[in-house]
Amino acid sequence: MEPTTHAFPENARKALSDERLQKVLAIAPAGFVNRRKQAADRLPEFEALRDQGRDLKNHVLANLDTYLEAFESKVTEQGGHVHWCRTDQEARDAILGICRAANAKTVTKGKSMVSEEIGINDYLEANGLTPIETDLGEYIIQLRHEPPSHIIAPAFHLSKKDVEGTFRQAHTDLPPDRVLDDPKVLIAEARTVLRRKFQQADVGITGANLMIAETGSTVIVTNEGNGDLTQILPRVHVVIASIEKIVPTLEDAALVLRLLARSATGQEASAYTTFSTGPRRPGDLDGPEEFHVVLLDNGRSALLGTEFQEVLRCIRCGACMNHCPVYGAVGGHAYGWVYPGPIGSVIQPALLGVKEAGHLPNASTFCGRCEAVCPMRIPLPKMMRHWREKEFEEGLQPAAMRKGLGLWAWFARRPALYHAATRMAIRALGALGRGKGRFAALPLAQGWTKHRDMPAPEGKTFQQMWAEQKGKR
Amino acid sequence: MAEKRPAPRVGLFVTCLVDLFRPTVGFAAVKLLEDAGCTVEVPSAQTCCGQPAFNSGDRKTAQELARNTIAAFEGFDYVVVPSGSCGGQIKKHYPELLAEDPAWAARAQHLSARTYELVSFLADVLGVTDTGARYDGTITYHDSCSGLRELGVKEQPRRLLASVEGLTLNELPGAEVCCGFGGTFCVKYPDVSNRMVEAKTADIKGTQADTLLAGDMGCLLNMAGKLKREGSAIRVRHVAEVLAGVTDTPPIGEKG
Ligand code: SF4
Repeated sequence: MEPTTHAFPENARKALSDERLQKVLAIAPAGFVNRRKQAADRLPEFEALRDQGRDLKNHVLANLDTYLEAFESKVTEQGGHVHWCRTDQEARDAILGICRAANAKTVTKGKSMVSEEIGINDYLEANGLTPIETDLGEYIIQLRHEPPSHIIAPAFHLSKKDVEGTFRQAHTDLPPDRVLDDPKVLIAEARTVLRRKFQQADVGITGANLMIAETGSTVIVTNEGNGDLTQILPRVHVVIASIEKIVPTLEDAALVLRLLARSATGQEASAYTTFSTGPRRPGDLDGPEEFHVVLLDNGRSALLGTEFQEVLRCIRCGACMNHCPVYGAVGGHAYGWVYPGPIGSVIQPALLGVKEAGHLPNASTFCGRCEAVCPMRIPLPKMMRHWREKEFEEGLQPAAMRKGLGLWAWFARRPALYHAATRMAIRALGALGRGKGRFAALPLAQGWTKHRDMPAPEGKTFQQMWAEQKGKR
Repeated sequence: MAEKRPAPRVGLFVTCLVDLFRPTVGFAAVKLLEDAGCTVEVPSAQTCCGQPAFNSGDRKTAQELARNTIAAFEGFDYVVVPSGSCGGQIKKHYPELLAEDPAWAARAQHLSARTYELVSFLADVLGVTDTGARYDGTITYHDSCSGLRELGVKEQPRRLLASVEGLTLNELPGAEVCCGFGGTFCVKYPDVSNRMVEAKTADIKGTQADTLLAGDMGCLLNMAGKLKREGSAIRVRHVAEVLAGVTDTPPIGEKG
């Protein structure tokens, strides 16, 4: 997917004037916010679990190579294969290679943000294969040729009515006069259509919420059970996962799962939590003949040892975007690529470069709500600030802003001059604004006065008045 | 406070926006502190806490301004700030900014430990329970982000407001959601910021309050500017003005 992250302001404007989207955004995030809060409140040790989650991942990141190698040897021991991929292209080629070797035509897919990151669907299609998304949300947006707008709810930007329209357009073999006004009916229809595809699939691709080093297992959580059918029915199961998803033990996995379900959907556990450990063994009733794990780095290891390392603790729960007022205003597509919301504002510059993604870490008020709910306690605003520092160092910020702040700072370093200059400026501005108490327009402040008035200053600075009073006190 | 303890010496960090736009808040802060038994001084060597530079990625300037502030406020028992945002900058970010500067790290820590946001200082440190003020009106209160999440300012203003005679508080739904100010954010991304402040003013109007209070001038200028643009008659004031009973100045954005 071609990023349009550089065009964030235009993307945002478009999203803001999209009434259909605004209607969805006005209600949808609140549901997530409330459910997460209830789940967190119900679990007295939730805050302590967050500390444990943070510490666990910090430990993992300090020993990443050890755990990944331990994982690999377990997978291999059990008859599976691990493919180490430095870049998105290497991962695409690895997956295509596996599909080709299996003579695959149809590939079913569970929901996976990493597969979006590497753009696997387009690649497989371009190479003559038919990828089919089996997660309901992913299936809907695949039919609509749209990217996901949320990391756990890919069709977050759509209403029930939108989905109905999409299904009527796509499922032309079903009676046109059928009633499709209930989400349950929509799900049932998708299930019927997908059931046939599951049976045709030669390869099933899933993501991984976790990889477990001690057992060589990968873990996915879903609420639809589609992941199970995706990985059990086809002959070949491919797991695509990024390297930071590893944890040492089953117990560690349980810790992450407890945090994940509550932070993501407010559930105590997702409806389906599926562990995959190697291919089918003799005597197993089902399972794939081949088991492959495609391990993607794609710039992540370059963050180790930098001020951005902590972002690799992310478990992709989506809580940060559910609570983000900027995401709530513009939705996920405005972020222009795979990862929206605060997590996107931190990792997209890492994956795409600051030139492409520099707007995102700037498009934040640093309100801190994301950090307040992040189960892994990632200091997201601080990391966004670090990106701003990188941009500043590279001189990438708008010249007017840089000059304005530079001038401000020049005075601020010289208290006597600062107080004299502000005194004069405020006297002038105060005199101008006295009539109404505010300005509807002000030169050099159009960004402000485009949408709101500028309250007028009182006319004297506090420092000036304080100095005047001191004589009298 | 115990009877004979010497009055705590408080340095007031005025903040740019109070200094320039609303000196009334500064005087309200001085009154609240003096009424609570403090001696208040306002060092003239203070300017800006440096947060605009810090949040724009200009770490070096932010460090220089931090050193300036630290030097200006050495020697006080406490440093009090009528803003959670500037208060948070000094308390939370100065130590981090200067952590690697051997000459300044300890001084930054020392200032951080003595610095408080005004309302939480009154309630938590001085143990003020009643400011003896009167305000006839129904107010609603917006929790500014930095005060709330960096400094834990949440129930202190509510507690003190409850002691104000004649005042009714109608809680603001979504009081903890950002108003869309965000410093330079609101001019860099005016349309996104506008959507956020629009949602906020809609919530404010929904409370039927006649007055909006908050503890940060940035948010107040933003919300007042939007309310006025929308033609609303809701009065906007800094919480210190009401707590101090200093309400003879016209509300923010209104003519005298
Ligand atoms: S950054 Fe934190 S809140 Fe956001 S998706 Fe990752 S783990 Fe969840």
